[in-house]
Amino acid sequence: MSHSFDEISQQLKRRHRKSTRLKWITMGSLGLAGLFLVLFFADMLSKGLPAFQQAYIQTEISYTQEAETDGRRAFDEELLPLISRTAVRTIPLELRNNPDMIGTSKAEWVLANSDVDQYLKGHRHRLSDEEQEALDARVESGQVDLRFNTTFFGSGDSKIAENAGILSAVVGTIMTMIVTLAISFPIGVMTAIYLEEFAPDNRLTQIIEININNLAAIPSILFGLLGLAIFINFFGVPRSSPLVGGMTLALMTLPVIIISTRTALRSVPESIRHAGFGVGCSRWQVVRDHVLPLAMPGIMTGSIIGLAQAMGETAPLIIVGMVAFIPDVGVSFTNAATVMPAQIFTWAGEPEQAFVEKTAGGILVLLTILISLNAFAVVMRKKFERRW
Amino acid sequence: MQTNQLLLIFCSALLLLGLLAFFAGRSKATRLRSAGTAMFAQPDQYAWFTVLSTAGPAVVVSALGAFVLLLMGADIPTLYLLAASLVIAAIGLLVSLNQVKPDFHARQAIERVIRMTLAGAALISILTTFGILISIISEALRFFQMHSFWEFITGTTWNPGASFLASAGRGDGSGAEFGSVPLFAGTFMITAIAMLVAVPIGLLSAIYMSEFAPRKVRTVAKPVLEVLAGIPTVVYGFFAAITVAPIIVNIAGFLGLDASYNNALAPGIVMGIMIIPFISSLSDDVINSVPDSMRQGSLALGMTKGETIRDVVVPAAMPGIISASLLGMSRAMGETMIVVMAAGMRPNLTANPLEDMTTVTVRIVAALTGDQEFESAETLSAFALGLVLFVITLALNLVSVLMIRRFREKYRVNNL
Repeated sequence: MSHSFDEISQQLKRRHRKSTRLKWITMGSLGLAGLFLVLFFADMLSKGLPAFQQAYIQTEISYTQEAETDGRRAFDEELLPLISRTAVRTIPLELRNNPDMIGTSKAEWVLANSDVDQYLKGHRHRLSDEEQEALDARVESGQVDLRFNTTFFGSGDSKIAENAGILSAVVGTIMTMIVTLAISFPIGVMTAIYLEEFAPDNRLTQIIEININNLAAIPSILFGLLGLAIFINFFGVPRSSPLVGGMTLALMTLPVIIISTRTALRSVPESIRHAGFGVGCSRWQVVRDHVLPLAMPGIMTGSIIGLAQAMGETAPLIIVGMVAFIPDVGVSFTNAATVMPAQIFTWAGEPEQAFVEKTAGGILVLLTILISLNAFAVVMRKKFERRW
Repeated sequence: MQTNQLLLIFCSALLLLGLLAFFAGRSKATRLRSAGTAMFAQPDQYAWFTVLSTAGPAVVVSALGAFVLLLMGADIPTLYLLAASLVIAAIGLLVSLNQVKPDFHARQAIERVIRMTLAGAALISILTTFGILISIISEALRFFQMHSFWEFITGTTWNPGASFLASAGRGDGSGAEFGSVPLFAGTFMITAIAMLVAVPIGLLSAIYMSEFAPRKVRTVAKPVLEVLAGIPTVVYGFFAAITVAPIIVNIAGFLGLDASYNNALAPGIVMGIMIIPFISSLSDDVINSVPDSMRQGSLALGMTKGETIRDVVVPAAMPGIISASLLGMSRAMGETMIVVMAAGMRPNLTANPLEDMTTVTVRIVAALTGDQEFESAETLSAFALGLVLFVITLALNLVSVLMIRRFREKYRVNNL
């Protein structure tokens, strides 16, 4: 079989076209992955950014005698369906604490309820036509305003949407992460030092190594089962507490810290160790005074990345009960607490429209923290990285 | 006295003893040395040796005691235990001070203690694995005493129903059925959808990054893709449930199909997006380690770049690519939050990805967050499901490790 010159050159063209096509296809799939990322962030921002604003209504509060028992009496009848139940509830308490306020009145910005909030932001709401009209009139006269949502950042969870905040979850996350780091950092670094610098190359060491790689790949929910069965049921650590959550997450973070610490230790050149031994240092002295300080930036980077991973973890914490409803901000290791991802999960389960926005707002807070932690780790690695 | 106060007193007493040991040990060593004797170690090393032998045994004894107290429920008053530890600390102090002699190798003694401590830390990871195994297996065994293993593996109806009543003394829980086939079918369906999304996109992106992309694109694209892996799964779950699922329902409605809002497609696709970086990152590393001589040989024979990639590079990297896919698959099977938030609760044995179906992890969460007692069959069934999940993911991981090792040995690459 023979081909003419033309046929061959045609064939060659085809083959090169195919090659170019492959390039475009592969480029396209990378672009597709990037597109997912962009779409995802755009979606979260559009859903979550409104959560940082909250509707307030300006009104005259008249502190009458009746308002001391029934907070609703302090407000204009027409306004009651528009303002938050929380604003009404605080009036009697306020009056009981300051009895001399009775009889006075003052103009104030009060928290509007979530329906007003959602109406102003153009989302689904449950306001009747008359209520909408009343609201529109007030918007015209500048008595309704969207302001920065201090409640969202300054208070704990609530079943009343406009009153729910993320602070208790942030505090819970910090407490849990303290426990996680306090356990996993020393144990992880010590394990890595042992495996990299001290361990003889025997069966036991190999088993430990395989085991660590395996732990890194075990589904996180199984760590939750361990926390439930061993920490809570067996050792009696209080359920839902940052202590048990932190311990469970510490076991999950351990392999991450061990693996990154080993990489960091391995990147310190042998000559440093030889120099140490040459002047008569013992192995521990070489590790403590030379290898460890040189490997520290790498170790810190790995630990921060592990910490960020633990911070976003939800499944094992649900199993150990850290989805509690925590309205008050509490700084304790043994009381029930919640963490940011668990708070997001709880809010995502609320049927009210206003909570969709809260959930996305919580997600934005969490993502901001995680991205800054990771960026910090990368910057640190760039700054302190040494090439030998 | 409160346990907390006792502990505080114990800790401060131990700290004082430690300080005493340090200064006593150092002063004795300094005195000996200033007398002109040649010594094996520095005064500070003797000091640390005395500290270690004062505090070490005391801490070990009190920890052991606390362990026995919790484990066996033995009735040792905390006061006696802590007092005994302090006495041991004092004895340790005296003995070690006596050891501070010119011919004693304090540095080597410290070294031994440190080596043992480090080895002890390394054992904790093994203990963790054992902890997971023991906790899961023991509870799973209790479950299998109530319901037969065979029924659990082959049954097609999952209906915990009234099983919680049995543990409360009402009814015998006979109506409950624990057939896990629909749960695993759901898990496999969602995993399959995820892999259909992740493997092509991940692999093709990896090929682009390692074979076509200019260096600049590569250094930017890789970390950007890693961001996908760093997003918490609870966030993906929300995204799947709130954004992706309605889109799919709308598209299905447009095509005249009937889709549930808890369809399997939404969590599957989102899970696939999450797994892309796992696959692309490892595949990229593997493709990069395929020796350049193979590419050059292929190009020298007149193959185009595309043909080289398709017929030489990718087949050579195949073990690594399969290994990456298996890792991604095990990640997808164990993934919890996305399916808890976006997939259904109803065990449903179907091949239609537009219907709602539930997964193993969803049922584990459902069983352990309900109001049932811990002893109930439904709660224990979570551990049985966990056991199967553990076995499957372990097998996937092991096969994956073996594949990558084979690749490494074939091409003598060390950095994988």
